[in-house]
Amino acid sequence: MPNAHDLLFRTLADPTRRAIFERLCRDGEQTVGALTARAKVSQPAVSKHLGLLKEAGLVRDRHEGRQTHYSAQLGALSPLIDWTSQMAGFWQNRFDRLEDLLKRMDQ
Amino acid sequence: MNQPATETRAVIIEREISFPPEKLWRALTQPHLIEEWLMKNDFKPVVGHSFNLRGDWGGVLDCEVLAVEPNRTLSYTWNFVHDDAAYNLRSVVTFTLTPTGTGTHLRMEQSGFRPDQKQAYGGAQAGWQKFFANLEQVLARAD
Repeated sequence: MPNAHDLLFRTLADPTRRAIFERLCRDGEQTVGALTARAKVSQPAVSKHLGLLKEAGLVRDRHEGRQTHYSAQLGALSPLIDWTSQMAGFWQNRFDRLEDLLKRMDQ
Repeated sequence: MNQPATETRAVIIEREISFPPEKLWRALTQPHLIEEWLMKNDFKPVVGHSFNLRGDWGGVLDCEVLAVEPNRTLSYTWNFVHDDAAYNLRSVVTFTLTPTGTGTHLRMEQSGFRPDQKQAYGGAQAGWQKFFANLEQVLARAD
């Protein structure tokens, strides 16, 4: 589905929006307030980014009292994640660690 | 993608390591060293030995040593069993060490995936988070 691809790429192309999404991936569900506290933009701007992420299916919102909690929907990324690049990234990362280890090892 | 169901795919990573094969071999085959760069494990450099690699995301890989040629070749299966077929993974990882004038040429090939394993990256969804940095690479390539 090229359209779904386009939407994902467009949505994640913005660095601020991507940072918000990454934070949700790393740290789990969070409120707009908590996200704003760590973002470099205003709360309305964070809300707007979250709205776009939601349209792309990348986040889900959950209302609890007056708070809205957002969580990342990693499954939405599957169209753009090919396992070969995923695994290649994994090994590149591990080989970085391997080289660090080799530097620390004695002969 | 119109690929035959039997087709396998491979990931190949190559790197010039500025240390001799003997030292690299230790890092590839000694459990406490493997843990430092790859995952927790109960590896033994013995053909036929079954072991697990335990990712820090909680995923456990089932492995079996296929080939051991000291300082040259190491090969083992890298299987991840998951109820969801999309995450199931059956693959073979082979490390090949070639001495160079300044160290070692390290080649890693992981092969044996089926085309339907789009998300088979060695872990379930949580594992993906660990490899998040890769997204930027994916995006950069897509531009």
